[in-house]
Amino acid sequence: MPKQIILAAHFPGVNNTTVWSDPRAGSQIAFDSFVHLARTAERGLFDFFFLAEGLRLREQRGLIHDLDVVGRPDTLTVLSALAAVTEHLGLAGTLNATWHEPFELARQLATLDHLSNGRAAWNVVTSPGAFFGENFRRGGFLDHADRYVRAAEFITTAKALWDTGGGDFRIRTSQFDISGTFPVPRSPQGHPVILQAGDSAGGRDVAAEHADAIFSRHHRIDDAREFYRDIKTRVAGHGRDPDDLKIIPGVSYVLGDSAADAQEKAHHIRRQQVSPQTAILLLEQLWNRDLSGYDPEGPLPSIDPVLDEDDTIIKGRAGMYPDRIGTANEWRALAEQKKLSIRDLIIEVTGRQNFIGTPADVAARLDEYVQTGACDGFILVPHLTPTGLDDFVDQVVPLLQERGVFRTGYTGTTLRQNLGLR
Amino acid sequence: MTLRLAVELDGGSFAAPDWIARIRALDEAELDFVTFADTFGGAGPEAVLLAARLAPLTRHVGLVPVATTTHTEPFHLSTALATLDFVSRGRAGWQVRVSADPGEAALVGRREPLGFGGLFAEAREAVEVVRRLWDSWQDDAIIKDVATGRYIDRDRLHYVEFDGTYFSVKGPSIVPRPPQGQPVVAALAHGPQVWNSLDVDVYFTTPDAAADIVRDLPAEKKIFIDVAVSDNTVDVIEKLEKTGISGVRLTGADVDGDLVAELRRRGLFTPSDATTLRERLGLPQAVNRYEEAAHA
Ligand SMILES: Cc1cc2nc3c(=O)[nH]c(=O)nc-3n(C[C@H](O)[C@H](O)[C@H](O)COP(=O)(O)O)c2cc1C
Repeated sequence: MPKQIILAAHFPGVNNTTVWSDPRAGSQIAFDSFVHLARTAERGLFDFFFLAEGLRLREQRGLIHDLDVVGRPDTLTVLSALAAVTEHLGLAGTLNATWHEPFELARQLATLDHLSNGRAAWNVVTSPGAFFGENFRRGGFLDHADRYVRAAEFITTAKALWDTGGGDFRIRTSQFDISGTFPVPRSPQGHPVILQAGDSAGGRDVAAEHADAIFSRHHRIDDAREFYRDIKTRVAGHGRDPDDLKIIPGVSYVLGDSAADAQEKAHHIRRQQVSPQTAILLLEQLWNRDLSGYDPEGPLPSIDPVLDEDDTIIKGRAGMYPDRIGTANEWRALAEQKKLSIRDLIIEVTGRQNFIGTPADVAARLDEYVQTGACDGFILVPHLTPTGLDDFVDQVVPLLQERGVFRTGYTGTTLRQNLGLR
Repeated sequence: MTLRLAVELDGGSFAAPDWIARIRALDEAELDFVTFADTFGGAGPEAVLLAARLAPLTRHVGLVPVATTTHTEPFHLSTALATLDFVSRGRAGWQVRVSADPGEAALVGRREPLGFGGLFAEAREAVEVVRRLWDSWQDDAIIKDVATGRYIDRDRLHYVEFDGTYFSVKGPSIVPRPPQGQPVVAALAHGPQVWNSLDVDVYFTTPDAAADIVRDLPAEKKIFIDVAVSDNTVDVIEKLEKTGISGVRLTGADVDGDLVAELRRRGLFTPSDATTLRERLGLPQAVNRYEEAAHA
């Protein structure tokens, strides 16, 4: 049997991938939107539904970022409500290891696992310090290395609590000194599924040792293969079976009646995603300085990016540019060569859809990724709320089933079983 | 006069079907709200998540989980309860609780238990922060203005800038203002130390304390008396009706349709037509403190 593809549905997030300006775009906060996407994913036999999290509204140039979707529900609360309107779909929530405490979060996740009959998953993130910290009693207090120390200890502590199955514990680590009774009996999955989404060496190691899956941002096939090899080697280094850690990049797609039709749609969506104002803001995220005086239809700045990673112009979003000067030079060269304005360049170099084509093309390429060691599946990120996955479920899922690489019915009773995890 | 009718749900079951059966019966009887008992280290399902799990399966009954202010982050409480209000379409509330238990403090391992005064001072701050965060988005903050490319009008979002003894919180919330504006806040209050130190919408008290609390607090506060379900529940409630209280909360056992029918027959309870919990309790529409300040 060929390798089976994992599929997950990402609720459209608070960045410019999500097109709110389209007349078909629905509410980002009404519960009905969450119900629609979750039920669509379940209709398509997806493994799980996925929610991101950000513990403070993003700011750029010191002001609340107003060009993208802003606002979303509390992760665990909305997942628990979705457990009432779905039956098989996994419910994965991003929750920060820095601004939660192990006892409380382990109890909440075990509750969700019980109330959903074994469908809970936790995407562990660590996120930048002081900015989010201003919303919490804990404050901002961890540097990058310590964040992963805490995350690793948090995960092992949560697993130890779950393992008590309603018994006593005493845990002492560098970050935690806790004791008492964990009151929740063993939940259907024993351990809710653990995902991890950090990309540095520290993040990769935490995932390799402790996680069941990685939400990755490596989607170009060569990058993805390299990442896949790196992670699976790290997993083996921890004495685990490489199959016990699934690698699932977040990807976007556009379907059309023909290849040309799909390309045209993709371009239209990109123009919606990158308004003139958004083009300048995205440029600033690389340049790390105020570029509000620049014309989005004009040329790129000749001045260089500011290299200050402690005081970035955008706050509340993970850094994306490890080499600002190098990337800026690449962008300038590309703009020069193709005669691109700032907006056209941004459309070209940021957030292009990963899979564009007819349903048959897209099914074939997704399959190629999974069969050739680039990943184990995909977290699909639609650009429209809440109907963004309707076409995929109606048109691509049946083709994946025909290829024999995707289930035709749920076989496991828990998310862990459906993912093929132990 | 008819009373508002609530039920306290207690119990350690982790099986969703058990809770669904109980809540559906109460929803069909059109009770005003249920509270979900819980503690920080509680032996049952976490109450906010339980309430959310049941919200899509009910249409009428208000959902008021207990959540503890000791050891928790007010920011998380605020967003969780706002979300409960969204998933229940305006039926959410919060019963505030504090924890004096050293055993619960050890579950977090960060500090020694606070004394009575400290616990309530911290709870006051938590309620204040949670309420400010609920107001930190004006109802009309989402503008989706294609011409200027703006999804929100950021002038309609507000930093809460809370700086207290126990924590400081910057804001704004990450969740838009919930449907009720301010979900209903409640607390157990058996004596004046509690009701004088915690300013909430709804107080649960004992039959003995009823006269005092009704006298001490302004008329807009809603006083509920906890009544243990017994053979003569209806007679007990009939007597209490004359004390100036808003309603009763039945505790200790599940309430059956017969009891509710008898209360209705005697004119002690009439189901409400109001769709939000605030309205049903006769609480005024929640004015947004920041909107008011902006217009002043
Ligand atoms: C694909 C992906 C998704 C992420 N999603 C979130 C998120 O929803 N919320 C969050 O606070 N951080 C998120 N992060 C940020 C990570 O938790 C982490 O803070 C960041 O990647 C920096 O850590 P690193 O240096 O290990 O990559 C995400 C990261 C990646 C790669």
